[in-house]
Amino acid sequence: MWLTRPLQERSTQIFLGVLFAALVVVTFLHLFMPEDSALHVSAYTVTLLGKYLCYALLAVAVDLVWGYLGILSLGHGAFFALGGYAMGMYLMRQIGDRGVYGDPVLPDFMVFLNWQELPWYWQGFDMAWFAFIMVLLAPGLLALVFGFLAFRSRVTGVYLSIITQALTFALMLAFFRNEMGFGGNNGLTDFKDILGFDLRSDATRLGLFLATGIALAVGYVVCRAIVTSKLGRVSVACRDAEARTRFLGYRVERVQLFVFVVSAMLAGVAGALYVPQVGIINPSEFSPLFSIEIVVWVALGGRATLYGAVIGAILVNYAKTVFTGIMPDAWLFALGALFVLVTVFLPKGIAGLLQKRRQKDDDQPGAQEATA
Amino acid sequence: MSIFEQLANRDQVFEFLTPVASPVDVRHGPILYMEDVSVSFDGFKAINNLNLTIDDGELRCIIGPNGAGKTTMMDIITGKTRPDTGSVWFGSRHNLLRMNEPDIATLGIGRKFQKPTVFEALTVFENLELAMAADKRILPTLTAIMTAEYRDRIDEILEMIGLQALRDKPAGILSHGQKQWLEIGMLLMQKPRLLLVDEPVAGMTEQEMERTAELLTSLAGKQSVVVVEHDMGFVRSIARKVTVLHQGSVLAEGTMDQVSNDPEVIKVYLGEEE
Repeated sequence: MWLTRPLQERSTQIFLGVLFAALVVVTFLHLFMPEDSALHVSAYTVTLLGKYLCYALLAVAVDLVWGYLGILSLGHGAFFALGGYAMGMYLMRQIGDRGVYGDPVLPDFMVFLNWQELPWYWQGFDMAWFAFIMVLLAPGLLALVFGFLAFRSRVTGVYLSIITQALTFALMLAFFRNEMGFGGNNGLTDFKDILGFDLRSDATRLGLFLATGIALAVGYVVCRAIVTSKLGRVSVACRDAEARTRFLGYRVERVQLFVFVVSAMLAGVAGALYVPQVGIINPSEFSPLFSIEIVVWVALGGRATLYGAVIGAILVNYAKTVFTGIMPDAWLFALGALFVLVTVFLPKGIAGLLQKRRQKDDDQPGAQEATA
Repeated sequence: MSIFEQLANRDQVFEFLTPVASPVDVRHGPILYMEDVSVSFDGFKAINNLNLTIDDGELRCIIGPNGAGKTTMMDIITGKTRPDTGSVWFGSRHNLLRMNEPDIATLGIGRKFQKPTVFEALTVFENLELAMAADKRILPTLTAIMTAEYRDRIDEILEMIGLQALRDKPAGILSHGQKQWLEIGMLLMQKPRLLLVDEPVAGMTEQEMERTAELLTSLAGKQSVVVVEHDMGFVRSIARKVTVLHQGSVLAEGTMDQVSNDPEVIKVYLGEEE
């Protein structure tokens, strides 16, 4: 089966091994270490790590289209946010009459705006299965329509990047409006529970963290299955010599569309797991700046490796957490400096560094002692 | 034997289920037929009333000075450029003007570009794998598996183009000549009926040129080959029939000796060379 083929690959086995080991260790330290121990992992940290894993999944989705297809999407935040909104709508409907205004059906912000009934597009979101399907469908459909139009017209390169940027910016402006029915600039928040579990309890947080880890594992394997298939090699072919691929008889625009839609859906899943952990979704997730940041994670980690994207996302966001704690104003400068340094000294990112080291070891064993 | 037994027989392959390798109708001789084709870019007539017929299994060389419309002609045949007027037929059944690039490629017209374009990040083997005649839709490509039969076919072509030793090396490290051969190999993987080869020996050494000439002449007969080339020595070494293009239309056609003695041709082109 093509989907399970990556499981026989060494790099995927290592990735999954490290990921699952991390999940087990965090769970163990959280549950069994006494609270006052230095090794105890607090619920706050568990959720923070869960957030990093969401970003990692998002970065994998971006790397799939950028690294292997050569499409630099500066609008993947839009798919992330749409998945997040789909989840947010489900969580809003779960609040029921526990909201401030106590309306059994309408979310608080609708009561506040004097709306009398639920808009049609909010129907069905009280059912978990429907909401979870929409998490995939909403970003997927947007990517399908957008990609169909863009790829059919053979828009590529920097022009495509600009349009994706415009897409997410337009969506941000739209979602800021109260009339859209998505809570305007406040977004959706004040969630109570998910699938019947209290969102504020430590056990639920741990569960969400583990679910995110598993989603990242599955997403990674799916991406890996695509890039190691013949279709993955066709994607690389489209990236490097589009016209040649077309003359070989491949429908370049369909390859691009397929991979783009898969990537958008993965980004949607990442967004859907992100929202219950941070407790809010608002239009700032659509901001063009966020989409550019994702690209920086991937560039730092090393593109066209997938695991590099994961490393990049986790490292940059950890640095962001630390930095914004110490000097909030300096963060953007630090990020910019990091980006410049990596582009100049590590054009292939951190993954490139790892690969180089491995090759050196393969070429001449003992080289490491010599240099050390 | 009852009809059910007959249907249950797994060894039997019904005719309508077997893929047709190349449903091109060449019963009337020509595999490619261009008539009164004209195309202009911003008023400049790149192709002007071009008439050209290529027979099945023929090796044809097309020469002409720069700007004679050689590359534009290839663009028209492969569907990259649409002519303003005229008709282009592949065999006597397929109107190429109604088809897009991938369809034309699937139908059996392979094209080698002037500049060698191979997929540099992929290995030589993978380059040939992608070029292989197969179902090229998305899902079949996603679930495709490498069978022994495909492997044999790729190895066969690798041997033909002399790149067995470089099988698992990325195509980016190949020399210029090797890339040209790989690209010809990729065309052959498509099992084309008609090969369009644009300047195959540009930038090649003497020995490389000889090998390329051998390769191309060995192909003719099985496939029709159209070679566009500047190098007169090379054309002389492989050509049976030569067409001279000038300002977008055919100036002369015949054997190399005939055209090189044609006063018109000498005036526009060969005069400077010989």
